[in-house]
Amino acid sequence: MIAYIVRRTLYAVPILIGVNLLTFVLFFVVNTPDDIARSQLGDRRVTVQAIDTWKRSHGYHKPLFFNENASGPGKVTDTVFFDKSVRLFGFDFGRSDSGRDISYDIGQRMWPSLAIAVPTLVVGILVNITFGLVIVFFRGTYIDFWGVVTCVTLLSVSSLFYIIGGQYLLSKLFHLVPISGYDTGVNAFKFLLLPVVVGVISGIGSGTRWYRTLFLEEIGKDYVRTARAKGLSEQVVLFRHVLRNALIPILTGIVVVLPLLFMGSLIVESFFGVPGLGSYTIDAIQRQDFAIVRSMVFLGSVLYIIGLLLTDISYTVVDPRVRLQ
Amino acid sequence: MLVLFWTDALIFLLVGVVVVFALYARRREHLRTPWRQVARSGVAMGSLVVLGFYVTIGLLDSVHFRSALHTNGDHDQVQYANEILSVFDWLAAPLRARGEKTYSAPFAAYLYAKQTIDLPDGRQQRQFPRLKYGARHLHHPETEKTADILVTAMFAAGKGLVVWGVLCSALIAGLGKRRQQTFRSLYARMCAGRTTTRWRSMLFTLGVLIVIAFVAADLSLKYHIFGTDKVGEDVFYQALKSIRTGLVIGTLTALVMLPFAVLLGIMAGYFGGWVDDVIQYLYTTLSSIPGVLLIAAAVLILQVYLDNHADEFASAAERADLRLLFLCLILGVTSWTSLCRYLRGETLKLRGSDYIQAATALGVRHFTIITRHILPNVMHIVLITVVLDFSALVLAEAVLSYVQIGVDPTMNSWGNMINSARLEMAREPIVWWSLLSAFIFMFSLVLAANLFSDALRDAFDPRLRVQG
Repeated sequence: MIAYIVRRTLYAVPILIGVNLLTFVLFFVVNTPDDIARSQLGDRRVTVQAIDTWKRSHGYHKPLFFNENASGPGKVTDTVFFDKSVRLFGFDFGRSDSGRDISYDIGQRMWPSLAIAVPTLVVGILVNITFGLVIVFFRGTYIDFWGVVTCVTLLSVSSLFYIIGGQYLLSKLFHLVPISGYDTGVNAFKFLLLPVVVGVISGIGSGTRWYRTLFLEEIGKDYVRTARAKGLSEQVVLFRHVLRNALIPILTGIVVVLPLLFMGSLIVESFFGVPGLGSYTIDAIQRQDFAIVRSMVFLGSVLYIIGLLLTDISYTVVDPRVRLQ
Repeated sequence: MLVLFWTDALIFLLVGVVVVFALYARRREHLRTPWRQVARSGVAMGSLVVLGFYVTIGLLDSVHFRSALHTNGDHDQVQYANEILSVFDWLAAPLRARGEKTYSAPFAAYLYAKQTIDLPDGRQQRQFPRLKYGARHLHHPETEKTADILVTAMFAAGKGLVVWGVLCSALIAGLGKRRQQTFRSLYARMCAGRTTTRWRSMLFTLGVLIVIAFVAADLSLKYHIFGTDKVGEDVFYQALKSIRTGLVIGTLTALVMLPFAVLLGIMAGYFGGWVDDVIQYLYTTLSSIPGVLLIAAAVLILQVYLDNHADEFASAAERADLRLLFLCLILGVTSWTSLCRYLRGETLKLRGSDYIQAATALGVRHFTIITRHILPNVMHIVLITVVLDFSALVLAEAVLSYVQIGVDPTMNSWGNMINSARLEMAREPIVWWSLLSAFIFMFSLVLAANLFSDALRDAFDPRLRVQG
């Protein structure tokens, strides 16, 4: 088992190197630091001097890959590539273009993101599984038909409208919760309620439909027929047999998104003014802060790869039939 | 003078591909069978009509030209206007030209904001001024407006019904002639819904759409039926113009990603070995970067490029178009990986099948095996994926525009409409019409696409076909 995990982890290394190289090429080779400086300073009437100063203060003045002026190992390490890209492997994100410590910011903003993402995920899964089971229980009836129609209708609505509608109904019309904002401790609850509710509702359409297909696939299998042949009632068949067996794909499907919960949701966080990593990224995109975007791309990939790793491991844990290769 | 944007050219290429494929599939029974099954689904055919409506507007909006200015003097040199218009712009010229000062509500006769107006006797007063174009023909909008709207709508609906009736009769007569059935028997069967192709639901949807189109067209000549936006532009016109953007994003992305996904996926599955390793590495790396962030990074890069090369573009429209194309490209890069992985798995399965082993044993070349035996057997996956992705991409456009990494801010798109309307949410009374019209247009397009793609999947997925 341990050998398997180690092997899988090692397999992730070349992928991370690939991601790193790709982002480096995107951010430094396609556009030179000069271009970035020019667009940061406003492109007109920029002197060479000003560009140089900007590059120097942000550490972009070094050569890209190979420094001829340095000596010894400095030839490789005293470069933009080493400073900005290789250091990411040690989770040393450096400073943002506006001069703040990115690692510190990420550590701070991680928690609000989690505070929204975790309840949304948990409640969402419970709600979707419940609806999915109900629809499957009434399969072939009008409830099934209209349930699916409702799902398709719900998933045809843009997530933006769920957020705008939720803010309008709950906050503006009924004054139940604040429109946006965030607080620490127990006070956070009233700020978190609306984003979580909106997040759950916007996921119902696709989620319920997915679980319905999952359960329907499971219900056609032989062991279900056996269970029915034994004379078990439909409820027992559904809850004790189908649900338990369907938990394998459900759990492994959830595991892959778990690490990404840290990243938060871009849209929800910025709409509700939550100081999480999602709104952090959006702010960086809108301010064109390349250092932050670069760090978040790398962090996101690392978390995704961890998710894949956990999925593979969880398969072997949940389902003993899956052999380690 | 015709102007050809990059996206226009690609759209017409796509239309050409679809037409060629349709002609090809017409002759072959095994390709026609699943389509017949789609045609038997009433919901799918109704959705198809809705999609057809959108596509027609989108195509009309994709033929761009610069109109000739009338110049006196020598006729050899014709001057062209700077403004690039599309055929749709030309058709909707009354909508485009009738701008107000600022916001006004749907069917309003007065502006949304109070303004200082000079009264005839020299005094000044702050009040809601009358609109320049909306409800201009009415003397007393307060009392006359409702009746006028109703009468106009009724007349328009009547016109629509007549047109619909003529179209239906022509269609039934034409079909009857081809199948050698009398008009009445075919008509009776259609009304009862006993035709194999679901003509009844198609014609019903068509009727509803035609009536709506006529009512909307007639009313929008007198009123701003979806209000006006901040700079006074008609929101109905904006929503219609946004159709092209949505369709381009939904379809061109598929066109861009398909060659990569199909070629690499099949190669990885078919050849195995180091080819497989390299391709797997490639798509795992790309898919491990969260999609939004990759798009954000790429669009930021493009932004820097556009900032620094602003003088290379003839017009703002051309620049916006390039950005749209680039967005399609980058969306394609983020979305080809799942299709590629899927195709690899399927090819891997096919490679072990008897007929491919037989072909290999007979010494058939790799290229021939791939094009003749593997490609036709994975096409259903390609088709299903492309159609399923379409609605997701239309929705993604809105979200990306909200994050400001979507289409150019000057381009009409539902995302931009929502984005600008969102800023006015806090106003009292609330400015809701931009949101509503973006919602209606997006929702009906995405819903139709979803319903159609479901039927398509049911018809083309061999697994489902065996069960059903």
